[in-house]
Amino acid sequence: MKVRFILNGKEVELDVSPFKRVIDVLREDLALTGTKEGCGEGECGACTILVDGRSKLSCLMLAPQLDGREVTTIEGIGSEDSLHPIQEAFIEKGAIQCGFCTPGMIMEALYLLKNNPELTRDEIRKGISGNLCRCTGYQKIVDAIEVAFIKTKRQDNLK
Amino acid sequence: MKDSLFMPHSLKELWEVIEHVPDALIYAGGTDLLVKLRKGIIKVGPMVCLEKIEELKVIEDRGDKVFIGAGVSHSDILRSDIINTNFPVLIRAIEVLGSPQIRNMGTIGGNIVTASPAGDTLPPLYVLEAQLELHTSNSKRQLPIDQFIKGPGKTQLKNGEILTGILIPKAYGFNIHHFEKVGKRKALSISIVSFCALLRLSAEGVVEDARFSWGSVGPTVIRSHDVESLLIGNRLSIEMLNRASEQVKKVIRPIDDIRASAWYRKEVACNLLMRLINYKDE
Repeated sequence: MKVRFILNGKEVELDVSPFKRVIDVLREDLALTGTKEGCGEGECGACTILVDGRSKLSCLMLAPQLDGREVTTIEGIGSEDSLHPIQEAFIEKGAIQCGFCTPGMIMEALYLLKNNPELTRDEIRKGISGNLCRCTGYQKIVDAIEVAFIKTKRQDNLK
Repeated sequence: MKDSLFMPHSLKELWEVIEHVPDALIYAGGTDLLVKLRKGIIKVGPMVCLEKIEELKVIEDRGDKVFIGAGVSHSDILRSDIINTNFPVLIRAIEVLGSPQIRNMGTIGGNIVTASPAGDTLPPLYVLEAQLELHTSNSKRQLPIDQFIKGPGKTQLKNGEILTGILIPKAYGFNIHHFEKVGKRKALSISIVSFCALLRLSAEGVVEDARFSWGSVGPTVIRSHDVESLLIGNRLSIEMLNRASEQVKKVIRPIDDIRASAWYRKEVACNLLMRLINYKDE
């Protein structure tokens, strides 16, 4: 089955099994292994990606659901030379331990930042309530998202 | 070719697919079905995904009622001014449904058709007396939600029929809109017991009207007119709520499962009703 969509700003066309999960399409067909599979049943948020700007779980979507959509994965938000402000904040605040939950956390944080003109710590906690960190580094993750929010807000104000 | 996933863009296309592949499994957000597929509870076969059908994604104010398309996602309900204004209990229930990602994917129609006794939108829809619009390619009918859901995972949905929308009469006159869910953790937990209440309290604290429903304490959501009529006409007090609690224990039918025992569920169902005392002095 032919599936065509925009992936991290570039058009992609694939011929895949209609029952292939999006996480497998990303990791196997497109070699984008930044998106992680944790539980595979929608409980952990490690596989979070953005589809048309909404955060979704790539383990609970089938490939044809991407057709005609705009998809952003962790690979699409910054580059090695120029990290996204959220990525910088995660490093600055030490919000990464084993790193497995980090891509999903950052994608959900991106969704939060894009959809909230104001963001309290409590709202950040609620925002990442669908993302598990089994190193339990939540405090620093919340710190990092808060810093990223303040920084990006300042940049927006300068524009 | 029949072993495929179909993504119709309109209801017209959907009816064609259903005619062509009558045994296809139909899903909306997929948050429940894809878990079952992965666990092998459901076998891979022809499927239809409804998420591209824009006709199913409208929320409309129709004067004395509101129409919510079955394909409206939980997050779109949270963002809707119409729903926030008219049905605060539905908003409160959806705020604690799943997680942000699940709310971006799952739909209100999916939550209803899944017919889990723990479905978070169901207790509010029962007290709001929601009507469901069901369509096939050539017929249309309407059913109240409590008649549509027959048991865990069981509904009145016929072959070739889909839930297209939910009609909710505006609940005028209730000044207390209450929802509470008890689970193991805040996000992503399946409710152990949930409780929904609409109350009209007079300035003197007399209950003029009341509607109550409980989730996860029986094969379907349970609404009890007996409990409601015990309170109507009386002043809200601990004694009255205690008396009503005795009735609650008679009408709910909880089971023991991995999340909680039936005994615990009974205690919690009554305690959640007792919470209404907090509104006494408001």
